[in-house]
Amino acid sequence: MKVALFVPCYIDQFYPQVAVATLQLLQKLGVAAHFPAQQTCCGQPLANSGCEREALPIYRHFVETFSDYDYVVAPSGSCVYHVRKHFDKLDQTAEVQHVRAAAYDLIDFITNVLGVTELPGAFPHKVGLHLSCHGQRGLHQANESEMTPVRDGQLRRLLASLDGLELTELTRNDECCGFGGTFCVSEAGISARMGQDRVADHVRNGTQVLTGSDMSCLMHLEGIVRRANMPIKVMHAAEILNGLTP
Amino acid sequence: MNHAIRADKFLLDADRTTWHDETLWFVREKRDRAVYAVPEFQELRELASQIKDHTLSRLDLYLQEFEAAALANGVHVHWAADAAEHNAIILEIVRQQGATRVVKSKSMLTEECHLNPYLIKHGIEVVDTDLGERIIQFRDEAPSHIVLPAIHLKKEDVGDTFHTHLGTEKGESDPQRLTEAARQHLRAKFLAGQVAISGVNFAVAETGAVVVCTNEGNADLGVNLAKVHIAAMGIEKLIPRLSDLGVFTRLLARSATGQPVTTYTSHFTKPAPGREMHIVIVDNGRTQQLGRPDFRASLKCIRCGACMNTCPVYRRSGGHSYDFTVPGPIGAILSPNIDMKKHSSLPFASTLCGSCTDVCPVKIDIHTQLYKWRQVLGEADEIPASKKWSMKFMGRLLASPKAFALSGQFARKALRLLPHGLTHANAFNAWAVARELPEPPKQSFREWYQQQPQQIQQPAQPKVTA
Ligand code: SF4
Repeated sequence: MKVALFVPCYIDQFYPQVAVATLQLLQKLGVAAHFPAQQTCCGQPLANSGCEREALPIYRHFVETFSDYDYVVAPSGSCVYHVRKHFDKLDQTAEVQHVRAAAYDLIDFITNVLGVTELPGAFPHKVGLHLSCHGQRGLHQANESEMTPVRDGQLRRLLASLDGLELTELTRNDECCGFGGTFCVSEAGISARMGQDRVADHVRNGTQVLTGSDMSCLMHLEGIVRRANMPIKVMHAAEILNGLTP
Repeated sequence: MNHAIRADKFLLDADRTTWHDETLWFVREKRDRAVYAVPEFQELRELASQIKDHTLSRLDLYLQEFEAAALANGVHVHWAADAAEHNAIILEIVRQQGATRVVKSKSMLTEECHLNPYLIKHGIEVVDTDLGERIIQFRDEAPSHIVLPAIHLKKEDVGDTFHTHLGTEKGESDPQRLTEAARQHLRAKFLAGQVAISGVNFAVAETGAVVVCTNEGNADLGVNLAKVHIAAMGIEKLIPRLSDLGVFTRLLARSATGQPVTTYTSHFTKPAPGREMHIVIVDNGRTQQLGRPDFRASLKCIRCGACMNTCPVYRRSGGHSYDFTVPGPIGAILSPNIDMKKHSSLPFASTLCGSCTDVCPVKIDIHTQLYKWRQVLGEADEIPASKKWSMKFMGRLLASPKAFALSGQFARKALRLLPHGLTHANAFNAWAVARELPEPPKQSFREWYQQQPQQIQQPAQPKVTA
């Protein structure tokens, strides 16, 4: 099984420890992932801003970079969702179709490709899980409150398998955090307010460590937590699952 | 003025924003409970979606079938290409009656066509008889929600309004007493009404009947007291058969307010003896939308408002921030069809979280259409030039691994070295209004990776195409 690691641009630059944790976690699970150095970005920031045409060369570069791998794994469901859903703009060559199908969010890959739903380890903290909309509603990695009252999902199960970890029950289980890519600056006011409300839900319900599988939501929420000096630590789920302590 | 600017105004009153968000979230939760209680709800959505798709695929035929059936029922049928024709037709009917007093039940179409000011300008008194509509009519405001038109107002605001217009006691904010005052006031208006205008929720092609769903019964009261009934409908309101109706009535009230069914579901088929019934069928941009394959499905909308109640942006920016008759996610995909320039910011007033798509009872792919409108707007140069140019620049940068690696190093270094006050200055960093920037690490992941022993770096030795 040839597995490539896709590290979205902002993780590469600002959260290298998340990519390291992803690589190490995969190693522990018996997967030696490779990081093709020529990778850049999935093109989502451009496309979401209405510049899909400008993003096409980035899409092509992405496909060229990853077409030789069986799987492309990323610690960010949003990028994966973009590749799967919006690379329909490219000519659907065998390579393109392969890369679209091969793209996996890390947690999805662990759960559905590796078939792992429990992990060893302990994390004796109260953990608040932030569901990314693209992972949840886009890639169906968790139940949606629009459909069912049952709160279940891939990451919820993996986290719950760690000893001592207690999950926060949020008032609003799956409301968007307000990041939204360029939305976070073009609609900065609403974006910030959404993030503040999301964090407040965690604080109210006792979250000590806020986590999720999409670093872009977490970057936004962390920015809010740090600005307000709140007693919450933000960590990517890969770090927790890889055995890091807060 | 764009959505973000109007939203910022709304956000200034943080407590009111909280209240607005929580009020609508309460409606969303009521909807959830009603939906969870129906095991076949997802099948119903699928069925409704297919019925609407089917109807839209042969709308011309169903419209003709509907017209023929309505005519056979003794109903007058009028066709209006746009808002101006719609208004002129209605004024003409009112004048033929020699009428000067019109009562109107809820109709988003007449709002869309700005019928009220038009009739008033021509000397006709128009009274909105839906309580929420009446409140905003007093205040000379537009509805801020399609089902809950006065949801932006607190009961104290209503008290002030009624004190001014209905003479209730100053400071009165008891909902029951305020509603009673409105009832007394509206009763006189109902009795005096000469022409009753209603909207249409569903028009049944096979029977020629129109169906109106209300909770207050005001459509029935108005229509049954006035000599003439005018029902105004968009061309997309059709359903093929009466037997299809149950699918939609089961979905509509649950999605809108969490009720199993609206209090009144009234079928208007033919005029009572000595009375007149008119149906005005309106296009006003709908066939144009029908001709846009990517956006056609927006015409399936049954105006339940669920996408507004669930939208985290709408709940925090208020309906007026959309500056369009239909606000919220559905408004953001309908409005660019009407005026792309004026409404160019609306498809961007979303995080594309997809919750709207998941609550929509007729399964409109709302967030995908938002994404697609962004592309149309980008191609039509209806996005800010600065954005377009920076995206062009990014496009080139991100297609080139070398340039990308260098720019990343530069950005991190700049962030580390420049003073916090500069990197976080609100004037040119919208991120920093409420958020800290990430702490820049010394090393990017790719730099770290290159320093690792070869066996970690190249475990599978895959062949990589250049
Ligand atoms: S788009 Fe769907 S959810 Fe929104 S108002 Fe229309 S029917 Fe309701």
